[in-house]
Amino acid sequence: MPRELLKGNVAMAEAAIRAGLEAYFGYPITPQTEILEHFSKRLPELGRAFVQAESEVAAINMIYGAACTGARVMGSSSSPGVSLMMEGLSYIAGTEIPTVLINVMRGGPGLGNIAPSQGDYFQAVYGGGHGDYPRIVLAPSTVQEAIDLTVLSFDLAEKYRTVVILIADGSIGQMMEPAELPEMRPVNRVDWPWATNGAIGRERRILSSIYIDPNEEEITNLRLFERWKEIQKNEVRYKEYYCDDADFVVVGFGTAGRVALSSVRAARQQGIKVGLLRPVSLSPFPYQVLDELSKRVQAFLVVEMNMGQMLNDVLMATKGRVPVEFHGRPGGVVPFPDEILAEIQRVATTKLSVAPDPRHAWYDRMLAMTK
Amino acid sequence: MVTIVKPENLVYSRPQAFTEFPTHYCPGCTHGVAHRLIAEVLDEMALTERTIGVAPVGCSVFAYNYFDCDFVEAAHGRAPAMATGIKRVLPERIVFTYQGDGDLASIGMAEIMHAAARGENITVVFINNAIYGMTGGQMAPTTLPGMKTTSSPLGRDVETQGFPIRMSEILANMDGAGYIVRRSLHDPKNIRMAKKAIRIAFETQVRGLGFSMVELLSTCPTNWGISPLESLTWVEEHMVPAYPLGDYKVAAGVAGIKA
Repeated sequence: MPRELLKGNVAMAEAAIRAGLEAYFGYPITPQTEILEHFSKRLPELGRAFVQAESEVAAINMIYGAACTGARVMGSSSSPGVSLMMEGLSYIAGTEIPTVLINVMRGGPGLGNIAPSQGDYFQAVYGGGHGDYPRIVLAPSTVQEAIDLTVLSFDLAEKYRTVVILIADGSIGQMMEPAELPEMRPVNRVDWPWATNGAIGRERRILSSIYIDPNEEEITNLRLFERWKEIQKNEVRYKEYYCDDADFVVVGFGTAGRVALSSVRAARQQGIKVGLLRPVSLSPFPYQVLDELSKRVQAFLVVEMNMGQMLNDVLMATKGRVPVEFHGRPGGVVPFPDEILAEIQRVATTKLSVAPDPRHAWYDRMLAMTK
Repeated sequence: MVTIVKPENLVYSRPQAFTEFPTHYCPGCTHGVAHRLIAEVLDEMALTERTIGVAPVGCSVFAYNYFDCDFVEAAHGRAPAMATGIKRVLPERIVFTYQGDGDLASIGMAEIMHAAARGENITVVFINNAIYGMTGGQMAPTTLPGMKTTSSPLGRDVETQGFPIRMSEILANMDGAGYIVRRSLHDPKNIRMAKKAIRIAFETQVRGLGFSMVELLSTCPTNWGISPLESLTWVEEHMVPAYPLGDYKVAAGVAGIKA
């Protein structure tokens, strides 16, 4: 397919259609509304299902119902709307049916704002709905990657009967850049052995997240973990840039990782041997590659558009072997390449020590800058 | 299978649309009657194979055990949304929800209203027994003024706890609704009328005539604290005056359906 100038939100929506999406249920919320708008035009003209729901609560439960039939189905929203979807997401996870959800994250907590943010890492990777359930979380840093990960999400969701959350942020959703869409795939409704699509000529099926006997619920949790172990083994994804000879490694995902790449390149021009690790799968997280890097680099710099959420995973992976520094811009602020470059220079030229919580030193530096 | 009677003498048997799973309902509860009416209608219309049920949260949370068709289990109040999702990708299937008053008229108010507003081609069987059964007898949105429950121990005080909600009357105002009626399960005559209504509701869906709902006034002897027989009388004497039986919306296309 030719490269086109595509807006992130539209690109993700069209990619989903070409991956055989059969139904979408959503509710308008900035900065993801173009996804809903694109589907509202395209899905009906293709004879597929589109419903603008009365709320995100209803939307996720429509998704739940449609997913139970075995149809390829997805939802999308932005942070406050995703919070509303968490009830349904837990039920979907507990029912073990495939579902794809895109969160175009914005500044929070609360109503927050509509600027790009990465404040929902914890919600996507660890939290959200009630109960124990693993999920796959993917984070694109370009429109092209958003397209590719959207297509991949459906395959992963179906392969593992799991929830796949794609966390983009407002800038990925809103920016336009050249990208290539995949070929249109025909809709391929699979008659999964679990799908409640009408018991014609077969035994009836029940899809539920109820296990009233605690022992059965325990077995269910263990079964989910078995699947999670497979996911951990097979689905870790990340991008390394200039890491082969690096003394220092910046770690950032999504837009923060993309901005950091510019800073790393600028630092390289100044002779600083710095690399970038950009986790693409935030869950499963690339612990092993960080574990290996921590044995040969002098320090890490974690850059996020939040108060330090992925930071916890980096600290866990690097086991205190080397200092992990943090630079964050929460609340909807995107860091400039220059400020990350300044942080790289500081990390490369300062004697650092291993601190239990790098947020404290970062906060003090931020405070000093504003004085 | 042991043949107990000659087929020509058989007047009563388990509907084919039922499984052999024993129900968990309390003695005297009318959920069993409502279930049976649905199963008989599914049999008569030969719909079981192509029907997908949506169970609620409440006493009928295990409804999926009793019907011999595909079933999904919704979150509390979300059955109409889940049914919407199913029906939109499988428009040729018959999709029904079975919901109690807490599920439909309290936590699921938005979902039921908008499913009706969209004219979602689904059928809803709404059990109104004026109380939360599964959690042990708390006040429902349909609890009558002055009625004692475990969360209105002095009787529902409308000054602080508001007034009962009449769902059939509300939903009848939705242009997307094709068939909205209220029936009662307190005696054989009304049970027969309830069955006819359920039949028409499913016919409404089969013919694509929009959203259909049958509200059924029902009993909860356990949480009302009276005998099953007294409960039936209580429905007649207290619930029927507060929730008048009748047809609240019969769209033009539905009016001609014979059941």
